[in-house]
Amino acid sequence: MERSLFLTQRLTAMALGPLVLVHLGLILFAVKGGLTAEEILLRTQGSVGWALFYGAFVVMASIHGPIGLRNVLREWTDLTTGLINFVTAGFGFLLLFVGIRAVLAVTQTATQISG
Amino acid sequence: MSLDKSVVNVSFLEVKVWRGKDDGELVSYQVPGRENQTVLDVVSEIQRSHEPSLAYRYACRVGVCGSCAMTVNGMPKWTCRTHVKKVMDDGVLTIEPLRNLPRIKDLVCDLSPFIDTWQQAGAPFCGTKTRHEAPANIDPESKARKAADAGLQCINCAVCYSACDVVSWNKDYIGPAGLNRAWTLVNDARHGERQSTFDKAFGSGGCGSCHSQGNCTRHCPIGLSPSESIAGLKKSALFGLPKV
Ligand code: SF4
Ligand code: SF4
Ligand code: FES
Repeated sequence: MERSLFLTQRLTAMALGPLVLVHLGLILFAVKGGLTAEEILLRTQGSVGWALFYGAFVVMASIHGPIGLRNVLREWTDLTTGLINFVTAGFGFLLLFVGIRAVLAVTQTATQISG
Repeated sequence: MSLDKSVVNVSFLEVKVWRGKDDGELVSYQVPGRENQTVLDVVSEIQRSHEPSLAYRYACRVGVCGSCAMTVNGMPKWTCRTHVKKVMDDGVLTIEPLRNLPRIKDLVCDLSPFIDTWQQAGAPFCGTKTRHEAPANIDPESKARKAADAGLQCINCAVCYSACDVVSWNKDYIGPAGLNRAWTLVNDARHGERQSTFDKAFGSGGCGSCHSQGNCTRHCPIGLSPSESIAGLKKSALFGLPKV
């Protein structure tokens, strides 16, 4: 299992690399001329591309992060490995849930943009 | 009576030595500074002239046996090959037992946990031929053989084990020396258990826990690079065992 987790962490890191760069690039591009909620939502709502992009981001991050957190907890606490596995898996599902929820919220076609 | 010229007009070194077990203390001794003097010489001089009950370990005194390692001014060192002048800090020499190992008395540690990690790493060599068969034909220039040779000269001094922070945080971690040994076996065509050694080196407490910052390599007295061996093991997790 250690080996699979090690590999999974490295491979998700490889996937996250370009995702983070595109995300940062987009931020730099988007803040030129000010940043408003409307502007962001106009770009993302109804866009399958951005939904897939940020969906992949969320999935990779919610796998990658908990594995790292598991390593930190194993080094720095006396908790049993079983408990650490349980807690970090829970953390992974939480990230996945809130992440996917956020992606859906900004990419679903809304009838009305409030504000 | 002839005078020992090397101690005429010399300054004295202030040497602090750990006495006792875990709840011991540093005790100061004044030892004559000499032109050519190793840390082990200083410890021996204290034991012979000041403190007959001082416990410490050594055997070869020439950097072969790996038994004389101690913490000198905060760094793990092989004391028989460490010159006092090179490690002196403001005229003070502080000598303590190695880190990350249970203490027995004064400068002596129990090395069993360190030796056990070699088993944990799948380190025993497992031959496949009998004495009646011809020895394996190994190309000394092959990549795998060179990788194995690079890590072979370990003297089991536990300096790297003592230098490794991950060992101090995670008692299950095999540590640099055991993993270095595992990497030499994974690259050894004559070893019958390459896959199993690799699996053990990658098991719980295995090389996945290494932070790759190379403190082990920095301190290894004979210049081995356990961190490079560990990197080799990690790469093999992705690309498969090296070809031998
Ligand atoms: S590189 Fe790995 S084995 Fe070496 S000191 Fe750092 S954590 Fe320990
Ligand atoms: S790898 Fe170097 S520091 Fe570690 S036990 Fe072997 S010789 Fe000593
Ligand atoms: S006494 Fe043998 S290595 Fe130092």
